[in-house]
Amino acid sequence: MNAQAKIHLDRVVKKYPGSKVPAVEELTLDIPEGEILVLVGPSGCGKSTTLRLINRMIEPSGGRILLDGEDVTKANPDKLRRRIGYVIQQVGLFPHHTIADNIATIPKMLKWDKKRITERVDYLLDTVGLPPEQYRDRYPRELSGGQAQRVGVARALGADPDIMLMDEPFGAIDPITRERLQNEFLRLQEEMHKTIVFVTHDIDEAIKMGDRIAILGERSTIRQYDTPERILAYPVDDFVNDFIGNGSTIKGLNFLQVSSLRLSDYPALRESESAAAGLNLLQEKGRDWLVVLDGEGRPVRWASQEQLGQAGTGDMRGVGVEVGDHLKDENTLFEALELMVQSAAGRTCVVDDAGQFQGIVDMGHLNKAIRTAQSEARRHYEELEANA
Amino acid sequence: MEALSSWFTYVSANIDYIWESTLAHARISLIAVALATVFSITLGVIVQRRPLARTIVLTAAGILLTIPSLALFALFIPVFGIGNTPAIAALYLYAILPILRNTVTGLDSVSPAVVESARGMGLSTWQQLVKVRLPLAWPVIMTGIRVATLLTVGITAIAVLVGGDGLGTYVQSALTRNGLPNATEQLYVGVVFTVALGLVLDLVLAVVQRFTTAKGLRL
Ligand SMILES: Nc1ncnc2c1ncn2[C@@H]1O[C@H](COP(=O)(O)OP(=O)(O)OP(=O)(O)O)[C@@H](O)[C@H]1O
Ligand SMILES: [Mg+2]
Repeated sequence: MNAQAKIHLDRVVKKYPGSKVPAVEELTLDIPEGEILVLVGPSGCGKSTTLRLINRMIEPSGGRILLDGEDVTKANPDKLRRRIGYVIQQVGLFPHHTIADNIATIPKMLKWDKKRITERVDYLLDTVGLPPEQYRDRYPRELSGGQAQRVGVARALGADPDIMLMDEPFGAIDPITRERLQNEFLRLQEEMHKTIVFVTHDIDEAIKMGDRIAILGERSTIRQYDTPERILAYPVDDFVNDFIGNGSTIKGLNFLQVSSLRLSDYPALRESESAAAGLNLLQEKGRDWLVVLDGEGRPVRWASQEQLGQAGTGDMRGVGVEVGDHLKDENTLFEALELMVQSAAGRTCVVDDAGQFQGIVDMGHLNKAIRTAQSEARRHYEELEANA
Repeated sequence: MEALSSWFTYVSANIDYIWESTLAHARISLIAVALATVFSITLGVIVQRRPLARTIVLTAAGILLTIPSLALFALFIPVFGIGNTPAIAALYLYAILPILRNTVTGLDSVSPAVVESARGMGLSTWQQLVKVRLPLAWPVIMTGIRVATLLTVGITAIAVLVGGDGLGTYVQSALTRNGLPNATEQLYVGVVFTVALGLVLDLVLAVVQRFTTAKGLRL
C-alpha cells in the first residue's frame, strides 16, 4: 500500500499438518511503520496464526515475510524474536523470577550492563504505572491480572523493540480494567510510535485501538482493510456489516469532531435584555428556543417562546432551563449526540476556549456529517476500484 | 524393658561397626540415586514431548520395579562380580522410575503460556529448558528424587547377599544366627538404622529442595 511498510507479508500461506484447508491462505498485507494495525475477525479465522507467523513462532508453509524490506523467512528465529515484542493473553510471566527479572529477560540475553538494565526496568515499571520500589522485587503470583498484564507489556518492551505483536492482550481482564489498560496503552503509543499488530475478536476494541483495521474472514482472508472511520462509514459487504454489528454509524461519530461542522447562525441574547426582545428575535428567525447568555456571553439557559411569553415585561434573568454541558471544537460528534439527547432543546451549544457562545449543534448537523463521511468513503472505494 | 536395654548395650558396644555400615549403606544408596538422577532427568527431558517414546520408557521403567529385587541383584553378578558394584547397578535401575516419572510430570506441569512467552522472547530451546522448564519442574523432580532415595535405602539392605556392604549385614547375620545370642539385637540394628538413615537423608533432601527451589515458587 505504501513505501514505508514496516512489515510486509507477501502471499503468506500456513497449512497446519493434518488439516485440509490452510489456516492462512495467500495473505498479502502491509503494516505501516509507527501505527497500530488491528487484526479482527470471528473466532478461528486465523488471527493468532497470522500474528505468530510474523515472529516465526510458526513457520509459514509458503510466501515471504519482510521486516524493513529484509526477508526474514530464513533468518534465525531466536534472534528475530528478540527484536519483536510479544504479548499474549495468558501473559506467561516467569513465576520463578521477580518482576524486575522478568522485564530484564531480553536485555540480559543481549548482555546489557547491569546499571542500564536496572534503569530500563525502573523506567518501564513507571511507564506501565507500577511504582518500581513497590513492584520490582515481587513475584508474579503476587500480582492481580491487570498488573500481570502491565508487566507483560513492560517485558515485551524490555529491549525497546520497534515492533510489537499483541494477541488479545486485554482479553482476559474485566471491562473496567481493560478500558484503563487500553487508554494507558494508547497514551504510551503516542510517545513510542511502535509498529504494532494487535489481535482481538472484539470490534469495539479494534475501533478503539486501531490506526487501521484488517477485518479477516475464514482462512485469514482480508475482507476489509482500512481506517476505523472508513470501515464504519462504509462497510464493503454484508460480512463486514454483520461483523461490525448494530450502531456502526453512531460509533462512527467518535471519529468526527465538532470543529469539522459549519455552525449555523442561531438566535442568542444576553439575559439583561427584555423577554419581549427575546420573543421578537425568535419569531423573526422562526425558531422555538433562544440561547440565553450571561454577562460574559456564555450560554446559560434555553428559553422557549412559551417561557418568554410567560416572563412578562422584565429581563430574561432566571428564564428557561439550564443548557447543561457545552461542546468545544475538539469534542467528538458522539459526545455532541450524547449532550443533545439530554438537552431540553434537542440541541447543544458550542463555545470557544473562553466559554463564549459560538453556535449550536443539532441533529441536522450530525446527519449531514455522517452522510458526508459515508459518501467520501464510498467515493474512496469507487476510486480504488476504478484504479484497480 | 530388658530387651531394650540389652539392645542399647549391644549398640553402644558395637557403635563403630554400626556407624561404618551405616555410612557404607548411605554411600551405596546415594551413588545409585545420583546416577539415576542424571540418567532419568536427561531421559525425561528427551521423551516428555514424544508420546510414543514416553510411553515406552515409562513402561520399561515400571517393569524394572516389578523384577524381584533379589533376582535383579543376582542378575548383575555375572557382569560386575561380587561386591557393591552389582548392588549399585540394581539399585540404580530401581531408582529410575520415580525420578523419570516426576521429571515428565514436572515438565508437563509447566504452563504452556510460560513456555510460549519464553520462546516468543527469543530464548533458544536450550535456554527454555535450563532457564524456564527445568527450574519450574524442579520441585516435582526433587520429590521424585526423595521417593527414589527412600526406596533405595530400604532395598540396599539386600546388597549384602551379592557381597555388598551396608546395614544388610546385620539383618543377614540375625537370620543366619536365629536364636543365638544377640540375633534379635542385630535384627533391630538393621531395621532401626536403615529407617533412621532413610529419614535423615529425606530430611537433608527436603532442605536441599527448599534451597534449590526458586523463591517465587515456594509456598
Ligand atoms: N497448532 C495447530 N494445529 C492445527 N490446527 C491449528 C493449530 N492452531 C490453530 N489451528 C487451526 O487454525 C485455524 C485458525 O486458528 P487461530 O488460532 O489462528 O484462530 P484465531 O483467529 O486466533 O481464533 P480465536 O479468536 O479463537 O483466538 C483454526 O481453524 C484452528 O483450529
Ligand atoms: Mg487467537
